[in-house]
Amino acid sequence: MEENTIKVTIIDRAGETHNVDAPTDMNMNVMELVRVYELAPEGTIGICGGMAMCASCQCYIESPELELPEMSLEEEDMLDQAFHVKDNSRLGCQIYLKDELDGLIIELAPESEISE
Amino acid sequence: MIKTDILIIGAGPVGLFTVFEAGLLKLRCHLIDALPIPGGQLAEIYPKKPIYDIPGYPSVLAGDLVKNLEEQIAPFEPTYTLGERAETIEKLEDGSFVVTTSKGTKHNAPVVAIAGGLGSFEPRKPPIKEIVDYEDKGVEYIIREPNFYKDKKIIIAGGGDSALDWSIFLTDIAKEVTLVHRRTEFRGALDSVEKVKELVKKGKIKLLTESEVIEIHGKDKVESVTVKNSTEGNKIVEVDHFIPLFGLSPKLGPIANWGLNIEKNAIVVNNATDYSTNIPGIYAIGDVNTYTGKLKLILCGFHEATIMVQSAYKLVNPDAKKLVMKYTTVSGVTGFDGVKKEQKKAVTTKI
Repeated sequence: MEENTIKVTIIDRAGETHNVDAPTDMNMNVMELVRVYELAPEGTIGICGGMAMCASCQCYIESPELELPEMSLEEEDMLDQAFHVKDNSRLGCQIYLKDELDGLIIELAPESEISE
Repeated sequence: MIKTDILIIGAGPVGLFTVFEAGLLKLRCHLIDALPIPGGQLAEIYPKKPIYDIPGYPSVLAGDLVKNLEEQIAPFEPTYTLGERAETIEKLEDGSFVVTTSKGTKHNAPVVAIAGGLGSFEPRKPPIKEIVDYEDKGVEYIIREPNFYKDKKIIIAGGGDSALDWSIFLTDIAKEVTLVHRRTEFRGALDSVEKVKELVKKGKIKLLTESEVIEIHGKDKVESVTVKNSTEGNKIVEVDHFIPLFGLSPKLGPIANWGLNIEKNAIVVNNATDYSTNIPGIYAIGDVNTYTGKLKLILCGFHEATIMVQSAYKLVNPDAKKLVMKYTTVSGVTGFDGVKKEQKKAVTTKI
């Protein structure tokens, strides 16, 4: 493994799988990783900028063996307002990329619909 | 028809600051925003969050920044069309534009500055397949007129402040209020939660927790909904109205159809000159625009607004002499009411 780099698998909203290199020394989170690799259109992810206030970066964790940071009250509250929530839902912006997350697999939750 | 010099679409921080820079050049501004209050994202998403990168402010709450901006631009007497979304734009023969809102309000200006951020904030829809068929037939995402629910049976879904506050408010108007929430805890303000508890005890609000509305039924309008409880299963609740209140989310919306160059959900502008778009007379500033090296920061939007109004000045006053940039420290700030803000003159006395 390259130093300060882990492998992350991202399944985008169209169901396509992407295996990407993710830096662990840049204080970066999963939402930002998705944006850097442009795996979801701008304006559909990370709308609040990563404050756990919009749920546009909701994802499903598909690598249950990895230990993720505990959910904060804010994240729990936000997921509570979100749609398509499952037991393995998390907000990507609250999961910071660290060496111990090598092999992380996430699937982006569907974009929530907005009324016209 | 509302007439102005610069019509600003979006009353977020960048739109508000545009009024100041335009005012220094004696240009008048009118702002349109889909939200009922100025402030954009700062007001809607994170009013209580601190911002640390506004030059000169080690820390400022988003809500306070909006308040300060409103105070700063007050001398330039901005006018507003709030709670209406800019829908269509039309170019007149004299080169000016007419922008019409969702409620049909018309605005005319030689310059349009789009400071629309991530778009207009629109309600988020719960993923219920048939919900579109019942929109305005008993499903409302926004409560516009509380008396509309007089003597009706309503069911409100959501766990945030608006779900709580409307449930409380409507108990006095509606015949029956049911509040559905996915969890047992509520994230709203503490006193709202207390008030709801009290009303539940008194039997004025029926509270269904760990539940969600999963189906809507009715012939031509909402007659009942299916509420799924995570342990007790499904039950049918008879209602006249289903009001899902799950917050707002931004969407670029109708601006995307104005013939502007759009890339990555943003408007392409010329950042080497004046943040003009491909349509002469229309500018885009702040988070809504894109160019090589773009950063979505409030401070960058302030800069873009300042540069933009210099160019707008030439469009509004085609025959005017070349503009000389003035420092506010030297010239002070003269509002449209004639009141001048300037440094107090030093008093000198002889020894």
